[in-house]
Amino acid sequence: METYITTPVLLSGGALLDLQTNERHPVDLVVRNGRIDRIGRQERASFNGEVHDISGHLIVPGLIDMHVHLREPGREDEETIESGCAAAMAGGFTAVCCMPNTNPPCDRQEVVRFIKKRSEDQLVEVFPIAAITKQREGKEITEMADLLRAGAVAFSDDGSPVQNAAVMRHALEYASMYGALVIDHCEDEPLSASGHMNEGRMSTRLGLAGIPDISEEIMIARDISLAEYTGGRIHIAHLSTRKGVERIRRAKEAGIQVTCEVTPHHLALNEEMLSQYDTNLKMGPPLRTPSDQEALLAGLKDGTIDVFASDHAPHSAEEKEVEFSAAPNGILGLQTMLGIVLSKVVQPGVLSLADALTKMIITPRTILRLEVPQIREGEPANFTILNPEKTWTMNLGVNRSRSRNMPYFGWTLPGVLWGVCNKGRLWIA
Amino acid sequence: MALKSKHLLGLEGVTREEITEILDTAATFKEILQRPIPKVPTLRGKTVVNLFYEDSTRTRISFELAEKRLSADTVNFSASGSSVKKGESLRDTVRNIAAMKIDMVIVRHRSAGVPLFLTKCIDASVINAGDGMHEHPTQALLDMMTLREKYGTLDGLKVAIIGDISHSRVAGSNMRGLKTMGAEVLVCGPQTLMPRDIETFGVGVCHSVDEAIGWADALNVLRIQLERQDAGLFPSLREYHNEYGITRRRLEKAGRDLTVMHPGPINRGVELENDLADSEFSVILDQVTNGVAVRMAVLYLLSGAEEAVS
Repeated sequence: METYITTPVLLSGGALLDLQTNERHPVDLVVRNGRIDRIGRQERASFNGEVHDISGHLIVPGLIDMHVHLREPGREDEETIESGCAAAMAGGFTAVCCMPNTNPPCDRQEVVRFIKKRSEDQLVEVFPIAAITKQREGKEITEMADLLRAGAVAFSDDGSPVQNAAVMRHALEYASMYGALVIDHCEDEPLSASGHMNEGRMSTRLGLAGIPDISEEIMIARDISLAEYTGGRIHIAHLSTRKGVERIRRAKEAGIQVTCEVTPHHLALNEEMLSQYDTNLKMGPPLRTPSDQEALLAGLKDGTIDVFASDHAPHSAEEKEVEFSAAPNGILGLQTMLGIVLSKVVQPGVLSLADALTKMIITPRTILRLEVPQIREGEPANFTILNPEKTWTMNLGVNRSRSRNMPYFGWTLPGVLWGVCNKGRLWIA
Repeated sequence: MALKSKHLLGLEGVTREEITEILDTAATFKEILQRPIPKVPTLRGKTVVNLFYEDSTRTRISFELAEKRLSADTVNFSASGSSVKKGESLRDTVRNIAAMKIDMVIVRHRSAGVPLFLTKCIDASVINAGDGMHEHPTQALLDMMTLREKYGTLDGLKVAIIGDISHSRVAGSNMRGLKTMGAEVLVCGPQTLMPRDIETFGVGVCHSVDEAIGWADALNVLRIQLERQDAGLFPSLREYHNEYGITRRRLEKAGRDLTVMHPGPINRGVELENDLADSEFSVILDQVTNGVAVRMAVLYLLSGAEEAVS
């Protein structure tokens, strides 16, 4: 249920989670005219307005997913900005960044403006990521200044990574004039060639062409060198390999500007699960080995990995229900990211709840140079209310995406969402 | 005895007892094939579709002949001249065919996992006639039948598989089946044609064909595809023949009785020296004969399993 906040709203009996200390502070919170009006004790009986009991829930600044595919314009049968935002809300997000591999691609300001316009009425803020190169062909860089003015927040060619190091160098140099972030899906295309899964014991057993982990590592190494040489800001998308974690750890130690993200999929799933050739386990980068998963968790723990991002990638059933090698890469992720992070990262004690949420609230916005919402009196009301311990089950009935390509149906996950608030609107799950 | 599964998707997970059962049954059918009227009514009333998405001559003919010898009704579907060209999905094609009430589907496809995919779309028994770089179980069964005829047992037998291991489903099934049956397996070929982590199959790996010949009782020589050269995986057919071609000289140097097998079709002068296929070392034509018997055995045993279920 989504409502405009016309009368004052009292959220009673919840607690604020301090993201610095991981402490919980019981509070009542009043929202008036889209802003946080009061934080403190408030008698329900004497309150003139709408009252919601949120006891047992935590209030945290609104979550952001900096890597999603909304498919609009072009593949509205798979997802629209509206349905993608609905899935985002249901996942606890008040903001998403959408990748430019639409049709037409987001490589000119008209498309950025179109996305901004189409998302105006949504509770969820949509920040377009524009292409690095025209048509995402890896040849000529886009009109970055114009795109930034129109509202683009970063640049990426995502699934068609720039192969030519000179083009990438120029993109980083040009973007750095504006302090803009360049996001790279790190893959050496000739090395990945026609691969469909991680290369190794499992690909040999299943008879599927493999994608070696060095395909990711080599591109990460290239990007790190380019970032160091140009002073540009590079962000590595969906890190999946032990070798990649190692490279980034060393680069950070050397003081090079590089950040990175990991998807919940690469934490929760691995190549061992592919024995049934399930296309809902096919993605780029591919699911890797349990050893890579351990390295990703270690990278989260020591701060090498900055951000959780879902790489939410809707695909139609016709496209996914085919032989493995013919299926496109990617699965849904918006609604299950929080639950998977809680179950695979927080519950085993890899990160505290606050540190995990920081990677979905603060770090992505810091990297993108977006304002971080504050839960303070007078600030715009932009927050997420959840119970991190209570569990729920993912099923078709709760799926809000237009697509259903995910392996998580039937999974019981922690993290029940009460609702999200943003842009003067309150959505109650 | 029937087989555990109503499908034959590969030799992974197929037990020693089951493989023995298939080979014993195949031996019986081979006798039937020597009779004046080599035909039995075993599959009368059953309908079998040969669904070939990839070019095949010998495997398709071998299956078709096995089906006909067992009195099944057969339908052939090949990728050319079919609805595949009209853009129909594999799933739709198969469901349409299944709606015509089919008992068994023999499938060959360039993509690994397609036979398994079919079992999820339709009720019929599915037999894998080769899926991508994954498995080709009936080929491995006929290779094992041929070896068992010659040596009496597969236990302890030393078999070297030579050539393009990484793209070969014949190697995929042979490694699995031979290991299950107690044979020792060595794979030999250029490193560029060796799949990653192949040693996890429990096989030896070597890059010298002379070493492989010196070790083995039998050689299973794989066909080299010209397109692998185009992909830069080996420099030239000439170099391939020099390094990995099986020649009479190389075999005679070993000074032992050696068996040469080949799944066909042969590139004469490349992986096998010109007349070697016709020499005393070769059992290649026995393989072809055994192919029909093995496929009859598989069809029979799987149809029996199906009856037991229904």
